[in-house]
Amino acid sequence: MATAPGHRLSDRVANLWRAIFLVVPYAWLLAFFLIPFVIVLKISFAESLIALPPYSPLFQWAEEATLQIKLSFANFLYLTEDNLYWYGYLNSIKIAAISTVLTLIIGYPMAYGIARASSTWRNILLLLVILPFWTSFLLRIYAWMGMLNREGVINNVLIWLGLTSEPIQMMNTDFAVYLGIVYSYLPFMILPLYSTLERLDLNLNEAAMDLGSRPMRVFFDVTLPLSMPGIIAGCLLTFIPATGEYVIPALLGSPSSPMIGRVLFDEFFYNRDWPVASAVAVVMLIVLVAPIMFFQYLQSREAGAAR
Amino acid sequence: MRNRSIFLMTALILGFAFLYIPIFSLIFYSFNAARLATVWGGFSTKWYFELFKNEQIIDAAILSLQIATVSATVATVFGTMAGIVLTRFGRFRGRTLFTGMITAPLVMPDVITGLSLLLLFVAMELTFGWPSGRGATTIGIAHITFSMAYVAVIVQSRLAAMDESLEEAAMDLGSRPFRVLIDITLPLIAPAMLAGWLLAFTLSLDDLVIASFTSGPGASTLPMVIYSKVRLGVTPDINALATIIITVVTVGVIIAGIAMHRREKQRLRDMQMAASGNS
Repeated sequence: MATAPGHRLSDRVANLWRAIFLVVPYAWLLAFFLIPFVIVLKISFAESLIALPPYSPLFQWAEEATLQIKLSFANFLYLTEDNLYWYGYLNSIKIAAISTVLTLIIGYPMAYGIARASSTWRNILLLLVILPFWTSFLLRIYAWMGMLNREGVINNVLIWLGLTSEPIQMMNTDFAVYLGIVYSYLPFMILPLYSTLERLDLNLNEAAMDLGSRPMRVFFDVTLPLSMPGIIAGCLLTFIPATGEYVIPALLGSPSSPMIGRVLFDEFFYNRDWPVASAVAVVMLIVLVAPIMFFQYLQSREAGAAR
Repeated sequence: MRNRSIFLMTALILGFAFLYIPIFSLIFYSFNAARLATVWGGFSTKWYFELFKNEQIIDAAILSLQIATVSATVATVFGTMAGIVLTRFGRFRGRTLFTGMITAPLVMPDVITGLSLLLLFVAMELTFGWPSGRGATTIGIAHITFSMAYVAVIVQSRLAAMDESLEEAAMDLGSRPFRVLIDITLPLIAPAMLAGWLLAFTLSLDDLVIASFTSGPGASTLPMVIYSKVRLGVTPDINALATIIITVVTVGVIIAGIAMHRREKQRLRDMQMAASGNS
C-alpha cells in the first residue's frame, strides 16, 4: 500500500476517536458516580457540626506539617445504639424479601403465559406489561391511595357486597406497602422472566413428556431450573431497589414500621444530620453490595456465554 | 395440557386486572364532580380546568420537560459511547471498574444516589464555587448519570446481537473507522438509541427522590409538586393530571408499536426479496 502516511494519519484519528469514546463516559461516571460515594464514606467518618456543611474536616495539618487524620466512628456507633436503625434495616430487608417472593409468584405465571402465547398476542401482552411502567410511578402509587382509603374503592365494594360492615383500615399498613411494591416492581420481574422463558427449547419439554413425565413434573424438573437466570435477575431487580424504597412506605406505609430509605431521607431532611445520614447510606450499601456483586457476576457470565 | 393453558389464562387475566384496575379507577374519578372519591357527583371536567389554572403545576411540568429533554439527549450520547466501548473495544485497563459503574446505577436505591450526589455538589461548591446553589443543572447532571446506564445497557444488547461482520466488511473495503461508525454502526443501533432516549426521558420525568436531593429552593419538578400535594391526601386535580399523562403515554406507545411492527414487516419483506433475488 502506497498510502502509508495517510493510513498512519487515519490510524491516529481512529485512536483519537477511540480515546474520546472511552474517556467521556468513563470520566463522567468517575466524577458523578464513584467520587460521590467516596465523599459519603468520608463524611460518615466526620463529626457533626452545626455550621454548614454540618460536618468536620477529616484531614487537618497539625503543627510541624504532619497530616493528622481524624476518623470518628461515633456515627456508626450511634447507629448500633438506637433501635430505630436496627429496626429500619431488618424491617426493610423483611418487607423487600416478602414482596420479592410475592412478585415472583404473581409474575412467573404471567411471564410464562406471555411466552406461550401466539406471536401477535405476545407483542400486545408485552406492551401491556410495559405500558404502566412508562406512566408515572408516583401517580400509580397515588392511584392505590384512592383504592385503599377508608372511603376508597375497595372498601366501597366490600361494603356493597356485604362482606364487611365497617371499612377496613388498609392505608398506612404493611399490607399497603407490600401491595405497592409488588404492583410497582411487577414489570421488572416479568420482563427478565419472559426473556429467559421465551428462549427455552420446547423440545426438551416434549422429550420429558415422551419419557413419561407428567406436566407438573416437567415444569419442576425442566422449565423451572432452566428459567433460573430469569428468576435471579428479576428477584434482584426487585429486591435491591425495594430495600431502599422511599416513596412507597412514605405514602402507603405506617410511621411505626419505617423502612431504611425513609429513615435516611428523614435523617437528612428533617434532622439535618449529614454524618449520620451518610453512615446509614454506607451500611445500606454494605448490606446491598453482596447482591449487587452477584448480579454483576451473573451479567458478566451471561455476556461471556453469549459470545 | 389443557389445564395448564386455563391456569395460564387465569393468571394473565388476574395479573392484568391487578395492573390496570387502579389506573382505570383513577381515570374514572377524574371526571367526578364530587371532591370525595366515595360519592359519584355526576360527570364533570372541572378538575381539568382547575389543573390548567394551577400555575405551580404548569411551571413544574415545563421545568420537568426541559430537564428530561436535555438529560435524555446527553445520556443517549454518553450511554451510546459506553455501550460501544463495552461491546467493541475488547479488553482494556479499568474495564471491570467501567462495567461496574455502568451497571450499578440500574439497581442502586435512589436515596443513596441522591444523597451522594448532593454531598458531591456541596463539596464542589465549597472547592471551586460551582455549581453555585442547586437547581435544574444539578438535577440534570444527576439524571444524566443514572439514565446513561439504561441507554448503555440497551445499546450494548443491540450491538451484542448484531453481526460484527458488516463493520469488518466496510473496513476491508477501505472505510476508515470513523466512517464505519457513522455509516454502518450508528444507523444499525438507531432504534436502540431511540428506545434509550425515550426510557431516559421517562425516567427523568418520573424521578422524585434524586430530584428532591439535588434540587434547590427555586426549582421544583413535577413529581416534587405532585408528591407534596399527594402527601396531604387525595386531591382530584391530580386524577386529571394522571389521566392526561396516561393518555399521552398510551397514544405514544401505540404509535411507536405500530411503527415498529411496520418496520419489522418491511424488513422481513426485504429479506425475502433479497433471498429470492439471489437464487
